[in-house]
Amino acid sequence: MIDRRRFLQLAAVVGGAVFASALPGSLRAAGYEEFFFVQLSDTHWGYSGPANPEADTTLRKAVASVNALEIQPDFIVFAGDLTHTTDDSAERRRRMTEFRGIVGGLKVRDVRFMPGEHDASLDSGAAYKELFGETHYSFDHKGVHFVAIDNVSDPGANVGEAQLQWLKADLAKLQKSAPIVVLTHRPLFDLAPAWDWATRDGAKVIDILMPYANVTVFYGHIHQEHHHQTGHIAHHSAKSLIFPLPAPLSQPKRTPLAWDPAQPNKGLGFREIEAEVNEARYKIAELQVTKA
Amino acid sequence: MNGDRREVLVRAGVFALFAASGMGTLARRSAASEPQVVKVVAQRFQFTPNEIELKSGQPVVLEITSLDFIHGFNIPALGIRTNLLPGPPTRVAIKALAPGRYDFLCDNFCGSGHEEMNGTIVVSG
Repeated sequence: MIDRRRFLQLAAVVGGAVFASALPGSLRAAGYEEFFFVQLSDTHWGYSGPANPEADTTLRKAVASVNALEIQPDFIVFAGDLTHTTDDSAERRRRMTEFRGIVGGLKVRDVRFMPGEHDASLDSGAAYKELFGETHYSFDHKGVHFVAIDNVSDPGANVGEAQLQWLKADLAKLQKSAPIVVLTHRPLFDLAPAWDWATRDGAKVIDILMPYANVTVFYGHIHQEHHHQTGHIAHHSAKSLIFPLPAPLSQPKRTPLAWDPAQPNKGLGFREIEAEVNEARYKIAELQVTKA
Repeated sequence: MNGDRREVLVRAGVFALFAASGMGTLARRSAASEPQVVKVVAQRFQFTPNEIELKSGQPVVLEITSLDFIHGFNIPALGIRTNLLPGPPTRVAIKALAPGRYDFLCDNFCGSGHEEMNGTIVVSG
């Protein structure tokens, strides 16, 4: 992994900060292997507006940038709001089909999707399921258990009792020390309820996760980096690929930050997440849509 | 939710607010504490009015009529939220407030303008 580490150091210099979850402990004994994956979020395919006049090209640029990575990730995650919402169900499916075609150009074939409220809230996830499959699921990768939680198919941002029971049962087969990564769209904690940046029953999710010692959450929705702890559980939000939003409650309204034609990719980006054996558990490298 | 059930819930909510605020029995209520009724319309993607002016010390009941969607109504600073079913108005009882600004929002995703569907209760001294 020497090459990989050197690459991350370079990425930190040219692309942004590397953030490491401050969770201690070696996981070598648990059969945990080093690997990295890429998270993209909030691509909002179909958006048209002043917050990003180049909205029809940003996703393609990001796909090209991921394909250009010197080392390709084990897999890629899209953390919701794949498309921008529309009342027209045919248009929703058209946007999802176009999105799927564009990301079909990724070199990495193992691509995992999740819905955001723009994809799923107006039809309870019906169109999303037709094109991308289940809205919540789990999988294992090199000793890490990944769980994708759907907190958007309900327009009220409830995970819901059925999914909570599914989560409980899914985790029950794991040891309490198992490394777990939760992928979701909205924050599971009350980041800013006044801006609808919360999951209504997110506390119940966290209660289910809390007995597990090694849990990290990666999410989207808020179009910016944000890092938070609920007890020993770390929560890391990702930048978007459409337009940045202001820091939580930093201004009266959650309106997008103004487009800067001189820096069209300002505030946008995707991230690499490296699962580490020693030191910190996950290293996050924030990358720009295109290299400067 | 039908109208009868909504009324039961609202009455229960009003009772809970009086009890919680120490206002006690109905016999102790004065004419001045009778709640003011404010009518609000919720329609994608705005509340009308979206700025509600109140006097401090004056309890209020918001009668919110949704025209097109099960919008949410949430005042995070007061811990008050409810769903707004289209049809008969939903009554939201709010106890007398201290001067200040209390933001509210729709917290049920309702479409492409959802993020702008919000407002403020402005309470003056």
